[in-house]
Amino acid sequence: MSLLEVAGLTTTFATERGEIAAVEEVNFSLEAGEVLGVVGESGSGKSVTALTVMGLLPRPPARIAAGSVRFAGQELTSLSDREMRRIRGPGIAMVFQEPMTSLNPVFTIGEQIIETIRAHERAGAAAGFARTVELLEKVGIPSAAERMSAYPHQLSGGQRQRVMLAIALACRPRLLIADEPTTALDVTIQAQILDLLLDLRDEFGMALIVITHNIGVIAETADRVLVMYAGRIVEEAPVAGIFDRPAHPYTRALLASAPALDAPLAAGHLPAIPGTLPDPRHRPPGCRFAPRCELAIPACSAALPPLTAVGPGHAASCIRLGA
Amino acid sequence: MIRVIASRVASAVPILILVSLITFGMIHMIPGGPAAAIAGLSATPQQIAEINHNLGLDKPLPVQLYRWYDQVLHGNLGTSLLLGQPVSQAIMIRLPVTFGLSLYALVITLAIGLSSGILAALRQNTWVDQVAMIFSIIGISLPNFYLALLMIIFFAVDLGWLPSGGYVPFFDDPLGWLGAMTLPAISLALLLTGLLARITRSTMLEVLRQDYIRTARAKGLPQRQVVLKHALANAMIPIVTVIGIIVSLLLSGAVVTETIFSLPGIGQLLTEAVLNRDYPMVQGGVLVVTALMVGVNILVDVLYAALDPRVRYHAS
Amino acid sequence: MPADEEGLWHRPSVLALRRLLHHRLFVSGLVLFAIIVVAAILAPVLAPINPDKIDMNATFLPPSLRHLFGTDNFGRSLFSRVMWGARLSMLIGGATVAINAVAGTVIGALAGYYRRIDNIVMRANDALMAFPPVLLAIAVTATLGPSIIDVIIALGVVYTPRTARIVRSSVIVLREMEYVQAAVAAGAGDWHVLRRHILPNALAPLIVQLSFLFAYAVLTEATLSFLGVGAVPPTPTWGNIMAEGREYLTTAPWIIAIPGAALMITVLGLNMLGDGLRDVLDPRLRIQQ
Repeated sequence: MSLLEVAGLTTTFATERGEIAAVEEVNFSLEAGEVLGVVGESGSGKSVTALTVMGLLPRPPARIAAGSVRFAGQELTSLSDREMRRIRGPGIAMVFQEPMTSLNPVFTIGEQIIETIRAHERAGAAAGFARTVELLEKVGIPSAAERMSAYPHQLSGGQRQRVMLAIALACRPRLLIADEPTTALDVTIQAQILDLLLDLRDEFGMALIVITHNIGVIAETADRVLVMYAGRIVEEAPVAGIFDRPAHPYTRALLASAPALDAPLAAGHLPAIPGTLPDPRHRPPGCRFAPRCELAIPACSAALPPLTAVGPGHAASCIRLGA
Repeated sequence: MIRVIASRVASAVPILILVSLITFGMIHMIPGGPAAAIAGLSATPQQIAEINHNLGLDKPLPVQLYRWYDQVLHGNLGTSLLLGQPVSQAIMIRLPVTFGLSLYALVITLAIGLSSGILAALRQNTWVDQVAMIFSIIGISLPNFYLALLMIIFFAVDLGWLPSGGYVPFFDDPLGWLGAMTLPAISLALLLTGLLARITRSTMLEVLRQDYIRTARAKGLPQRQVVLKHALANAMIPIVTVIGIIVSLLLSGAVVTETIFSLPGIGQLLTEAVLNRDYPMVQGGVLVVTALMVGVNILVDVLYAALDPRVRYHAS
Repeated sequence: MPADEEGLWHRPSVLALRRLLHHRLFVSGLVLFAIIVVAAILAPVLAPINPDKIDMNATFLPPSLRHLFGTDNFGRSLFSRVMWGARLSMLIGGATVAINAVAGTVIGALAGYYRRIDNIVMRANDALMAFPPVLLAIAVTATLGPSIIDVIIALGVVYTPRTARIVRSSVIVLREMEYVQAAVAAGAGDWHVLRRHILPNALAPLIVQLSFLFAYAVLTEATLSFLGVGAVPPTPTWGNIMAEGREYLTTAPWIIAIPGAALMITVLGLNMLGDGLRDVLDPRLRIQQ
């Protein structure tokens, strides 16, 4: 049994002009201790996928239209709010992109970590304090005991992201989802945080999902990669497969537009792939990438291309795989 | 924190000086002079001279100004023309009535305004939200004296549940006080409750959209803790500013409410003073109430700093 | 900007107007307020009976077809008095809004644009705003005397500082905008920058404020009249009518109920109007909705 199994997941949003699908028929699974990278442009559905797994999307307007999310054998999509709350923290934890705004400005960082522990475990004040100091030390906050009483605005962006990590790790989650964990940070800090993530993964023995638009980050961290485009998975492969034998034209375009792999962290936003993501209300028929694809032929727009195996653990949804 | 308090108190000083200057100036802006206004059209020059002398208006302006500040700083606000009693004494006697009424109304406002605002935000676009918002827009549109009169007709006259007016000191008879103050407090609180509910709702909606609320939920905190701790602690920062405005409006409203329900508070005292051209009383009363308001605003600023660490640590 | 029809249709002001006309709250508020405005304008036509005409043979008549709103203790037609009261309310509210629009904009713009003026003006503003509003209005009418003009002045003194503060905060934000800085750098004069670049963009919050202000002004005026420190009786202001009706609260409740309802319709209409304007005109607040 995998730790996380997502099958046929479709998440939609009600808008003034009808319901639109942000994520469609997404399938993937994750083993304990594995690092899965999810890459795609903003709007490709990667964050929505993560938030659906966490049960954090406001419903309405969001709705899980189809599919299932099984975590450690338990179906999450049918859980009540109260039951789902118990999963968040000790089961699955999440770190967000914006460390500047993700911490509550009016509480000390110590308080924000301790309350996480207390929401899930019976912990006395002294034990909670000691565990929090230990967590802050683990995420690399210097003089942790003193920093307990600091407020978020007194910390740098990198330090705040470390605090976010401490919060996420407070209840020793079995799965940590990091949504663009380094995007808002300075380049030098980005590498530190990624290293820290991997160290913590080893130490806590948890599985990790790293969501990013930066394929360089994937190269640094992931064991396996999902490439998402316009709400769908277009390629799935072991990390070496993605870089050595990218199958989908979109993946190839991503790689071609990424900076050299020995300086992967310098990338800001994705450089030019011609065109833009299709409007989710008017997605093209057939392959979503066809309008931007150099290899597109009329048949591409006829039907959704099925996910086709191209190697061990490697599949892509493209009818022009040989081209 | 001490620095915050000190800076807020210091910034109130020029406001208080200006406020007292404006109240001092009032009496000099009366067309034809206060003496003529007090004595009426048939006054003889001797009568006018006498009134001017009694009010100290025959002295040169700088001397008058000096005496005004000298007296005010010693807590002497002059003598009421109508009551023949020191103004400060008359005010002190009536202050507890206004204070009790305002406090009662404030409790109602906070209890109903905050809770319905929070509830409306949590149930945005549901019937709960719509009912709360319809009530609050009616609340801010219903003149308090109109509501007071309607409530007197209904609860006091028709049903006979509560007295239509009169005052019972709290320490003589707490239940009697409650009975006498309930209709006045409700009529005073309605507008403010509507105001607070609207602002609480929009502030909560803004706060509930913030990233740190998502973090709080991602940590697995119970919904109650997410809303009442994480959201409310942030929403209270702007709401506290509004509560300062609400206190100011409470004192405005008390003038009317006290008059209608025959409550012997500051508001009634001032209305009587204005109607009887008791200028020392008007000056003194306005000055005291406004000084209280400045005090409340200092309190609000300090509370603001207490709620927001960003202000607390960056105060100059 | 090309003035062809299509261009006109997509101008921001026209777009805002179209959105307003689809805003249910705004339209309902507009209808309520329009009822009162029409009553005020047509008072001499709709209510030909002199509002001050005493008829001691027809006192305390309840509302009927003959006397739509009934009569008061002097047998005066309440229909006429309430209609003429609408005139006075609209006059006083309109005048207060006009004073605020001019004085509040000038003071707020100067204070927001020139830091040196700002300090002095805002201190005076803070002092005036420290007074509880009704109290300050009472103090001013106590000083100046009880007449409609004096009430308008009092309301101007009470509310202009509040309007000035709103204009000032928009101007301070706009002054730092890049396009304004660019205009300054290009050598545009202060007056030109204020008039062409800053004030037009400060208009939306000002319009929202003025619509709420109209409501406050009408309400405060009624309060002053009711307390007996506004326009002197028998001037048929709604507050005066209600004050005179207080004695007959139990025997002739319509004397109070009808002008009170008119007052409430006015204030409710203006508040709804203001809410609608704020939703549509103020983009920051619109996101909140």
